[in-house]
Amino acid sequence: MHELSVTQSVVDAITERMGDATVLGVCLEIGKLSGVVPDAVRFCFDVVCTGTTLEGAWLEIDEPEGRARCRDCAAEFRLDDPIPLCPCGSANVEITAGRQLRIMSVEVN
Amino acid sequence: MCQTCGCSGDGAVIAEPGHQHEHEQHEHEHGHEHGHRVSLEQDVLAKNDLLAEHNRRWLTERGVLAVNLMSSPGAGKTTLLERTAREADLPMAVIEGDQETMLDAERIKAAGAPVVQINTGAGCHLDAAMLDRAVHTVEPAPGSVLFIENVGNLVCPALFDLGEEQRVVILSVTEGQDKPRKYPHMFASADLVLLNKVDLLPYLDFDIAAFLRDARRVNPDVEVVRLSATRGTGLTDWYSWLREHRPHFAGPAHGSAGGSAGQKRR
Repeated sequence: MHELSVTQSVVDAITERMGDATVLGVCLEIGKLSGVVPDAVRFCFDVVCTGTTLEGAWLEIDEPEGRARCRDCAAEFRLDDPIPLCPCGSANVEITAGRQLRIMSVEVN
Repeated sequence: MCQTCGCSGDGAVIAEPGHQHEHEQHEHEHGHEHGHRVSLEQDVLAKNDLLAEHNRRWLTERGVLAVNLMSSPGAGKTTLLERTAREADLPMAVIEGDQETMLDAERIKAAGAPVVQINTGAGCHLDAAMLDRAVHTVEPAPGSVLFIENVGNLVCPALFDLGEEQRVVILSVTEGQDKPRKYPHMFASADLVLLNKVDLLPYLDFDIAAFLRDARRVNPDVEVVRLSATRGTGLTDWYSWLREHRPHFAGPAHGSAGGSAGQKRR
């Protein structure tokens, strides 16, 4: 359940950046290959926000797809599975997107 | 549970063998109260990663090889470290991570290596802040190997950079050969995989060729060493690996070792 510490990191980072401002909402980006389950973050979010400037804030999570490039045949393709495999059969694949775990923006009063 | 199709909506896909189908995630719109938007665009784990870099710099400046050792509970991390402390003839120190108890630290201490125990309580992994505190408690000697025995767990520790130089994943053959496919994040982040308890292979259906194929599907360049920490099989390969990766440390005061270990991939 690393999502609890991930969510705690989100709330800590926002309170650090935003000071005393009341935060109404949070937009996150959790890539499909990040190893973090968005719904587990949603589950933790309200609990972690309680008693902070984020209490009651809404949460929006964008889930960018995984992208990869094959080092053997140079094909670029979509990858939703953390086991990288090119349609050509090669596993020599570089993941180019989908691992991000970012706080994009917040909405404040 | 979703009333339309029965999916749980929590990212977990529930399917029967032979009847697998994928659900699209359902979007749930909420009536949001909107103020004004402030763009932050920062990594969620930025603080951890910053601390991890700080740890990495501190360790490399002292020529300390930090090894993050990860596995399921019971795969043989502590047994391997006990044996390494007794036999490898390498200066070493150990940071033990467990939810509770000093049991592992006591075993390492009895084997003769300096050790500190981190008890994470409810936590399922170590993070860079815990390592920072533990490193300054155990104070690894310049030029030594610092083993960080992570909490037994094949999921969460993969995500958290501690500032280590090398990531080593142990899989014991009793766990089954399919683990790289089941826990790809962990195996993808490994620099070395130790296949432990190979003395039990005659009693098991473990298919080493299939294991190697799966491990290299998630991590094409990963090295694999086969060993038995209890019987002593294959340990010279492990000790050689440690010696190869230990920085060429010049002396006790200001070693020229170090180098610039970049951010490790997760």
